[in-house]
Amino acid sequence: MTTVTAPSPLTAGEKGRAGDKFFSGLTFAAGALILVVLLFVTLFLVVNAYPALVASPAELTGESFFSYVWPLVLGTLLAAGLALLFATPVAIGVALFISHVAPRKLAKPVGYVIDLLAAIPSVVYGAWGMLFLAPLLVPIYDWLHTYLGWIPLFGDPSATGRTILTASIVLAVMVLPIITALSREIFVQTPKLHEEAALALGATRWEMIKMAVLPFARPGVISAIMLGLGRALGETMAVALVLSSGALGWNLLSEGNNTIPAEIAANFPEASGLRYNELIAAGLALFVITLVVNLAARWIVNRHKEFSGAN
Amino acid sequence: MTTQKTPLEDSVSQPIAATATGDAPAGPERRHGRSRLTAGQLPKWTPYAVGAGALVLSAAIMALIGFNVAGWVIIGAIAYVVGMYVVTLIKENRRKATDGLWRNLIIGAFLIALVPLISVMWTVISNGWQGITQPGFFASDMQGITGKYDRAAEAGTGPILGGIAHALVGTLLITAAATIISVPIGLLASIYLVEYSNDNVFSKVIRFFVDVMTGIPSIVAGLFAAGFMLAVFKLFGAPPGAQTIGLSAAIALSVIMIPIVVRSTEEMLRVVPNELREASAALGVRKWRTTLKVVLPTAISGIASGVTLAIARVVGETAPILVTAGFTVATNWNLVKDWMMALPVYIYYQLTTPTAPQAPEPSMIRAWGGALVLIILVMLLNLLARAVAKWLAPKTAGR
Amino acid sequence: MKLTRIGQAAAVLSIAALGLTACGGSNNPGASSSGTAGSGTGSASGSASASEAPQVTGTLTGSGASSQQSAMAAWAEGADGIKSVQSGLKVQYSPDGSGAGVKKLIAGQVQFAGSDAALDADEQKQVQTFCGPEGAMNIPVYIAPIAVSFKLSGVDKLNLDASTVAKIFSNKITKWNDPAIAALNEGVTLPDAKITPIHRADESGTTDNFTEYLHSAAASDWSWDPAKAWPSDLSGESAAKTSGVVGLAAQTEGSITYADLAAATNLSHASIKVGEVFQEPTEEAAAKIVEASKRVESTNKNDMAVEIDYSNAPAGSYPVTMVSYQIFCQTYKDQNTVDMVKAWGTFVSSQAGQTAAQDEVGSAPLAATISDEAAKAIATITVAK
Repeated sequence: MTTVTAPSPLTAGEKGRAGDKFFSGLTFAAGALILVVLLFVTLFLVVNAYPALVASPAELTGESFFSYVWPLVLGTLLAAGLALLFATPVAIGVALFISHVAPRKLAKPVGYVIDLLAAIPSVVYGAWGMLFLAPLLVPIYDWLHTYLGWIPLFGDPSATGRTILTASIVLAVMVLPIITALSREIFVQTPKLHEEAALALGATRWEMIKMAVLPFARPGVISAIMLGLGRALGETMAVALVLSSGALGWNLLSEGNNTIPAEIAANFPEASGLRYNELIAAGLALFVITLVVNLAARWIVNRHKEFSGAN
Repeated sequence: MTTQKTPLEDSVSQPIAATATGDAPAGPERRHGRSRLTAGQLPKWTPYAVGAGALVLSAAIMALIGFNVAGWVIIGAIAYVVGMYVVTLIKENRRKATDGLWRNLIIGAFLIALVPLISVMWTVISNGWQGITQPGFFASDMQGITGKYDRAAEAGTGPILGGIAHALVGTLLITAAATIISVPIGLLASIYLVEYSNDNVFSKVIRFFVDVMTGIPSIVAGLFAAGFMLAVFKLFGAPPGAQTIGLSAAIALSVIMIPIVVRSTEEMLRVVPNELREASAALGVRKWRTTLKVVLPTAISGIASGVTLAIARVVGETAPILVTAGFTVATNWNLVKDWMMALPVYIYYQLTTPTAPQAPEPSMIRAWGGALVLIILVMLLNLLARAVAKWLAPKTAGR
Repeated sequence: MKLTRIGQAAAVLSIAALGLTACGGSNNPGASSSGTAGSGTGSASGSASASEAPQVTGTLTGSGASSQQSAMAAWAEGADGIKSVQSGLKVQYSPDGSGAGVKKLIAGQVQFAGSDAALDADEQKQVQTFCGPEGAMNIPVYIAPIAVSFKLSGVDKLNLDASTVAKIFSNKITKWNDPAIAALNEGVTLPDAKITPIHRADESGTTDNFTEYLHSAAASDWSWDPAKAWPSDLSGESAAKTSGVVGLAAQTEGSITYADLAAATNLSHASIKVGEVFQEPTEEAAAKIVEASKRVESTNKNDMAVEIDYSNAPAGSYPVTMVSYQIFCQTYKDQNTVDMVKAWGTFVSSQAGQTAAQDEVGSAPLAATISDEAAKAIATITVAK
């Protein structure tokens, strides 16, 4: 009872405070380290891109760097945008299916398989798109052109199916598991009380999802979509293998268009001199796109801040 | 939970006694074989009837524009969803119809997703099986494998030689190193964001730039790592070229991996109920202990899933390894010396530059075999992550 | 989180599969039965060190063109490769691409580079920091005829001239039964089908050589400058790498492409008009045009870079030919590197090395005179003073 060596609750608290300081410092350092890495990457990009940005137009591939890069920028946005357009509704549907609709016995293995699909290397998706999907889509593209040809998007179809639309579909298949996996994790975290309260009030299952699950999950789902977008924007090999690249065009059914990562990957090995700088500068342009897209996404999430989870 | 809920207005009007006894009261409903409780609901056979009708309608439409199975199924499915909506709308009410519509759409989304995914899986498994069942596929590297052997194999006069031992070893080492680098950094950073930052400006900056980082094209990450390691090696006086090692590839992969870990972990920490933190704080537990003992274990399954996802994402990366780790046909166990092969790079080169240009088939078989192994690898990893999550998670009935 | 039964079953199955096949042991030719050693420097057995050349040991590192990749495997790893004369020499080569290879040589990260194009004056100057004031030498080691290959059912022989090829690839001729093609192919029934020209999506030495041929042999029909990249204002189907264009052409009816002859399997090859006759793409015809070509002016006196004269190809030669080089420094810092480079370079350009590559990958062997000259050039490599 009278032992003095036993630590009093107060001194234990002191030790805890030191631990707290150390731990919070550690976490802060990790955060700062990420910024430092990103700063290095940015520096690397800018230093290597600079010669191409200031070079005289005669030495560059296009008329000027801008005229070289803007079709690529639009092509990248087009491919990634289409991919998200296809993938997002399906991915959220699948996530809801796993979390709220499917019987539990089915949900677990399905979720597992979806996780696996995120793991298939992009080379494999590319090979699949190149050897299997593209030829399969040729008759469908012919059909689209025959019946919907009056829309400029569906012009003369390609004979090989290696088009920006095919590339987008491959990208959509690639980002689907990413969006699904994260959205599902968010959906199952919805407080059970909210769900049961909604059901107890007589809500149908869909009304419960609409009123309790989706508002709770919205920031997380947007986050998941952004992660998917990041992958779609930066995807290299799959696009490089699937797309017959070319000049920017409206026609989704014919060859043409290109994305920045595919352009870099296709031309980097043989690039020398200023061409190398030009490709890095294209990478910098992609970096800027991601920056802008993320600003927009942040803005959307912030507008719905009142729902942002437990904190 | 899976059956349709009786709408509020209907259920309140039901006499409770009727359900309690389970004894259907006599009346007109009885004669129709329906209890009063399910009155106004569609009979069980409705979906089948609508489905059959939809397929017939679809067949009729296809007959007009030329029949094919895929079109028949697609139009039939659309007709079914619309048909179910209309039938429920007429026989029951709008809320139930909407509920059914969304339910069908969600299931539809799932089925749509299955089509390409099964197709990809089937392509890999059917092509890869031949690869991984070649004798010695896992024990051999590509030393001594030249066009001569592949041509013999394609002509049927010899076995398909060579294997993935060197690439498998490289992938395991490089990915493990990348994980060891990025998971602690990512985890700590997301803890800072959720638990310590109080949403200050610095955290907003980190969060924003982490998002930006996910958009770094993988090849740029590789080029950056190559340049960075070259500079570091130069600083220590190593000869040029010595930076072409597995560790450089691991650093490139970390650049890709860290933002994914941060993103997913942050989301998972954020949904840990605040009540848990408050309860812990009320018991006088320090914040760092609360974080480690309460918050992290609660979120661990989601974090494990996120980390797995991040590993899965980088394990299949080709471009960054291509420009950092070199190209070798021999097995190398050393991350900091000599060139190293990785599975995606192996697959890429086997597909694009076959060992025997005239006989690409054996190279294709090896490539698909490698792809299948990569997927099996991630599958095992996934199981491991789940086991770890289960082991670390708080023992509650939970969800 | 309960493990699902399916997951468990799958895991067991996959582990079993891994274990099963791992038991089989290594199947590497020449490897010892104990499997592959960790060091990765296993040398081929059965090396009849009959050669009187001094034995060298060490690792030689190269980087560059992926076109040489398959041949490189034969030279470095094959049973008749360098190990049959130099059991202690290990050669590793990374097929990063010609541009990347040259860049690495300039930075001193590799000891030799493989390239589909000889060093230009600018690069020759830059390489002097690593290679010494005399710079580097381009040694032709890999000659590949570029076949104009097509897939057209019912047609397996086709005669084309430079101007027709140029018009087809610039989308001016779009049908297989175009009068221009029909005029060159009397007696062949050509279908009224669309032509789908397929080009390389990535920058490549093959495209560079092909467009250079079109540019010089059909200047009026091909207005673009020769370049590694396909003209950007010329739309068309494309695929990455040789295997990509060949694979795409093989699965597309009515397609035409240009690719390394050895890799263009499952396709028919057009004969190209040389003088007044139509020449089939063959290894011998390709070797012949290289033999007849002039040397390029260079600051290094041992440089063997050639310039193919496309418009005046001698009879029996095939002008659409790519010459791929290995680039060696004139001087290296230490004696061992010099010995390794000499052993390697001499072997690769020798008739034995060339035959090995021809056997393995179907490249065209160098003419004996060029082989001899290459051996003399490589013999001048010395240690830097």
